[in-house]
Amino acid sequence: MADETTKSNLPPLTLHVPEPKFRPGDKVDYSDLEIPEAGAQARPDIATAPKDMRDMAYDMIRVLDDDHKAVGPWDPKLDDETLLKMLRTMAQVRAFDDRLHRQQRQGKTSFYMKCTGEEATSVAATMALHADDMCFPSYRQQGILFVRGYPMVEMVNQIFSNKADKLKGRQLPIMYSSRELNFFTVSGNLTTQYPQAVGWAMASASKGDSRIAAAWCGEGSTAEGDFHAAMTFAAVYNAPVIMNVVNNQWAISSFSGFAGAERTTFAARGVGYGIAALRVDGNDPLAVYAATRWAAERARTNQGPTLIEHFTYRADAHSTSDDPTAYRSAQEREEWPLGDPIMRLKRHLIHRGVWSVEQQEQLDAECLQAVKDAVTEAAKNGILGHGLHQPFETMFQDVFEEMPWHLKEQAAQANKEREIKWPS
Amino acid sequence: MAVMNMIEAINNGLETMLQRDENVVIMGEDVGYFGGVFRATAGLQEKFGKTRCFDTPISECGIIGAAVGMCAYGLRPVPEIQFADYIYPGMDQLISEAARLRYRSAGEFTAPLTVRSPFGGGIFGGQTHSQSPEAMFTHVSGLKTVIPSTPYDAKGLLIASIEDNDPVLFLEPKRIYNGPFTGYYDNPVSPWSKFAESEVPEGHYTVPLGKAKIVREGDAVTVLAYGTMVHVSKAVVEEHGINAEVIDLRTLVPLDIETIEQSVKKTGRCLIVHEATRTSGFGAELSALVQEHCFYHLEAPIERVTGFDTPYPHSLEWAYFPGPVRIGEALEKIVGDLKS
Repeated sequence: MADETTKSNLPPLTLHVPEPKFRPGDKVDYSDLEIPEAGAQARPDIATAPKDMRDMAYDMIRVLDDDHKAVGPWDPKLDDETLLKMLRTMAQVRAFDDRLHRQQRQGKTSFYMKCTGEEATSVAATMALHADDMCFPSYRQQGILFVRGYPMVEMVNQIFSNKADKLKGRQLPIMYSSRELNFFTVSGNLTTQYPQAVGWAMASASKGDSRIAAAWCGEGSTAEGDFHAAMTFAAVYNAPVIMNVVNNQWAISSFSGFAGAERTTFAARGVGYGIAALRVDGNDPLAVYAATRWAAERARTNQGPTLIEHFTYRADAHSTSDDPTAYRSAQEREEWPLGDPIMRLKRHLIHRGVWSVEQQEQLDAECLQAVKDAVTEAAKNGILGHGLHQPFETMFQDVFEEMPWHLKEQAAQANKEREIKWPS
Repeated sequence: MAVMNMIEAINNGLETMLQRDENVVIMGEDVGYFGGVFRATAGLQEKFGKTRCFDTPISECGIIGAAVGMCAYGLRPVPEIQFADYIYPGMDQLISEAARLRYRSAGEFTAPLTVRSPFGGGIFGGQTHSQSPEAMFTHVSGLKTVIPSTPYDAKGLLIASIEDNDPVLFLEPKRIYNGPFTGYYDNPVSPWSKFAESEVPEGHYTVPLGKAKIVREGDAVTVLAYGTMVHVSKAVVEEHGINAEVIDLRTLVPLDIETIEQSVKKTGRCLIVHEATRTSGFGAELSALVQEHCFYHLEAPIERVTGFDTPYPHSLEWAYFPGPVRIGEALEKIVGDLKS
């Protein structure tokens, strides 16, 4: 033990509290961001042991180069039709986000979350999976549902919490669920889906199935214990699962430094667990597709889990309840050096000679019209706060399979209150 | 029929379900090759293989989280949490996930898992191997809480819990694994084999969830208890020569309010006994319910005998435990005017 005299000779300790490089009004300079050349990354064989491919966790897989060409060993060499589907789906997601964000602003619902700039991380990833692979999304992977053909009108019904909402108005907008499309019910608690995805994958493996699981979380919530529990379980049981970390740089107002980004990459989390890890340009749809397909083949051939960090940027607010101008520089989005995933794929398709600016304009118009139609159709079923859309008793249903006496009593009370509050 | 202690009955219940339903899997710390620190899963891995009964990393969050994912696949997992005191890292998965899946997905996804966990004190387990956290879970909507007090009930309730399509927390009173406990800690334990409740049928049977059991009929006072405290309460009642009706609740949620109501309306008096800490304990809920349902039949204030609102102490375990003195005093107080 140091006595008072020696203590006074010791340098004072200091606490490091991370601070992002840029705050509102700051000029943004991304020159220290290491962005490797597209096509420069080696593609390990899918049978490569995690210890022999650790450098992938610190690199960045990129396929689309500055001339809009697909280059290098990670080029998935997709046909035009697949690429056009990818573009259309991402465009539809963006149009949906913009329109539904506006619906919230018009008071038709309580809440909305866009995935602007991150479309590739769910759309391209899901396209590289089989339709019966199980997805455990976080809250910003609406792209999965678009790829798998979930009707937009059902999504809007859920967002409006109206009488046609399949989730009976119980969930916050965008917290979808579709068992039919192998899309797990979205939680509001973060990264809980990670150990669940691993458990699902363990079950699939133990049954000798051929289906794999994929989970998504943000870089911020890799700090949760669930993330680390999931990584441990995935490693221990060699689970057929893909764990996607969408590093969009911001967790509401906390920059990625609060999840550890000042020291290492998020893909590097895999190194410590002995899990294969890839770091991908998340705004490059072809790189996202290629990395996911690599991980899926690996999982499907009993070679275990893969962690994929998608390096991207949350181009818009966290949610409709957030105002990013209060904590980050507006220039960040404008100067983001990895561009925009839709623009990049569009330019690639134009470069390939199968697409044009005019066709893109027409596509955007079609996408907007499709969302407008879905919103109009869904609004016929009601909007949040305008009318009681769900039968009263649904509040008490599905707590348990069978309603116990105490819930029946409370349901009767609610019905009594209803007659007082809303006399017919 | 076979004579079994509580551990053997639980082991037999697990075996019955592993045999009967190929989707039942058992997982937890040390439950595989070794067979569990209390031996509840002994021999099961050998019989059913490593994919049906297996060890897990030391991560309660991971255990329950993975079990929820297995439910989404279609399995019916029975995870063991080695001590109820260790369950807290898994609470988010249990409370926010398992218990809510059915509701939040409008029935698309459910979590028919049964989390088994030994709980309660009386084994010199200190403050991290003795707690009774049941009230934290009875407060959660969508979760059932089941506590057996005999080998026969343990197997029947466990099978009913595993077959139930909702998540169940199955708390096993570890003090009575080997034999019922009278509260006199320096007396040797009488093994279960000396009691009729140790006769356990072979194969499949269930004890329904949500049904209490009157373990001693009487008309002077109703004693509500569960787990270890059923036996302690019964012994104290006999010792004091009070003609009490002792009810083993067996399931806390959903609660068998009918049996409670009928009994208290008959006796006009109610004593609630649990080992858990007092403030916001399940006794508070029981007391409120009895008051709401039986107020005009009550002839004395409802009494609660509980553990103290301190962590479970090691050396002072028997000073903490709500044993014969605390229960006896409360009983005498509640029936005092009957005697004068």
